[in-house]
Amino acid sequence: MNPQTIREGYNFAYLDEQTKRMIRRALLKAVAIPGYQVPFGGREMPMPYGWGTGGMQVTAAVIGQNDCLKVIDQGADDTTNAVSIRAFFRDLTGVKTTERTEEATLIQTRHRIPEKPLQAGQVLVYQVPIPEPLRFIEPSEVETRKMHALEDYGVMHIKLYEDIAQFGHIATAYAYPVLVNGRYVMDPSPIPKFDNPKMDNSPALQLFGAGREKRIYAIPPYTDVKSLDFEDHPFEVQTWKQCCAICGSTESFLDEVIMDDQGAHEFICSDTDYCRERMASQEMPV
Amino acid sequence: MNAEPILQVENLTKLYAAGKGCEAVSFDLYPGEVLGIVGESGSGKSTLLNCLSARLAPDEGDIHYLTRAAERVNLYALSESRQRHLQRTEWGIVHQHPRDGLRMGVSAGANIGERLMATGQRHYGNLRDTAQSWMSDVELDIARIDDKPTTYSGGMQQRLQIARNLVTHPRLVFMDEPTGGLDVSVQARLLDLLRQLVTEMNLAVVIVTHDLAVARLLAQRLIVMRHGRVVETGLTDQVLDDPQHAYTQLLVSSVLTS
Repeated sequence: MNPQTIREGYNFAYLDEQTKRMIRRALLKAVAIPGYQVPFGGREMPMPYGWGTGGMQVTAAVIGQNDCLKVIDQGADDTTNAVSIRAFFRDLTGVKTTERTEEATLIQTRHRIPEKPLQAGQVLVYQVPIPEPLRFIEPSEVETRKMHALEDYGVMHIKLYEDIAQFGHIATAYAYPVLVNGRYVMDPSPIPKFDNPKMDNSPALQLFGAGREKRIYAIPPYTDVKSLDFEDHPFEVQTWKQCCAICGSTESFLDEVIMDDQGAHEFICSDTDYCRERMASQEMPV
Repeated sequence: MNAEPILQVENLTKLYAAGKGCEAVSFDLYPGEVLGIVGESGSGKSTLLNCLSARLAPDEGDIHYLTRAAERVNLYALSESRQRHLQRTEWGIVHQHPRDGLRMGVSAGANIGERLMATGQRHYGNLRDTAQSWMSDVELDIARIDDKPTTYSGGMQQRLQIARNLVTHPRLVFMDEPTGGLDVSVQARLLDLLRQLVTEMNLAVVIVTHDLAVARLLAQRLIVMRHGRVVETGLTDQVLDDPQHAYTQLLVSSVLTS
């Protein structure tokens, strides 16, 4: 067990126990109906909406004293959002934190899935800005709920159709809609579509929290997750001509980084832990 | 006519207040038949049409529909998902304002393809071909398939709405003032087109209009409504040439002739 060093005057993991119970009940329902958006009584968190309040509430509700927490922001462990959320939970739970994917039992993520395949027993918590995949075409919540209930999903392909008509291929690159367990169409949060195949039949439990919209949804382990597509325009992930400038990986999701004000740019792995580990294993023989 | 009626309406009533809405309406509609509903504004025509097309639950009365699978169903006893399925596959609903019936934010091709995608078509090339062939059927320039309906004229939007509805080969189409708001020459072309499509596809149509000329041109049978009640029914020519009810006589005599 981790040593208990919680900041004076706060409950374990910030939220009070009744709130955590309420969120856990919503989570149980979400796991029971994969892809279904469960409303919950979202609380004010000590940071603005849009910074991950939904993901943090889910994390706070499921984190235990024996957990090991990893927080990533666009794949990176060392950006402001990731560092702050990690510090917040270290402060208010005293649990171990890590940057290593395989060590973590609980991973809160903003818009990426780690490159290293997740294991059974790991929990991935996503921060979600807009949980409703039908929102782009149907502004009414009453109507979108009805559409989900009746599996009225014809409009989802309109977006993909429009992509092909305009660009010649499906140009949607992130928040690419998926069909979960053959029933609910789900927005996988703004992860790149590169990560969509990792959700399919993953051994890890995947939880999604949207703080502003006050919705929770989930993909239980080993659940079918299919990206929507057309027969003659099948789903494809992004590819790069370059490899990572640091570790040389040709298989990871690459970020383009501007190097100077002359327009020089490089591509590097978005998953910093993956990149660091590859570097370490390359240096070892030396 | 020896066929079974496709739509049977019995004692249909939907009242918002006394005399407001439609009251005790009964009729049968046969496959391939065009039924016109005429009457002044506020006489309950649109309320009746909304009830018929499963968009407004009536207070009283029954509507029975004969499905493609020759099953006679009570419309308001069906689940909402069955109702929507009927609306998407066996029916068409043409709104008076194209904006109500079209998705204005997506291209014409996507508008035509939506129903097909909703019923499970997942081949982009086929969807595209179907959209193009329907655009030429309703006399739209196929080069404009990727343009949004906002860039179309009123008449073009109305034709696009018709194509979008007919793409799944419905058996029954509900039209609410399809030529309202169009100028006379565009109206005439649209009516020509509608008449041709109705004949070719053997559609049953319920068309609501206040324009007796439109009714004369399209409808074989007429229902005249006033204050929510049916005051006269009969073959179109019979009703318009020899109106029996005082209100119908007034309606026919108030048509402007040039």
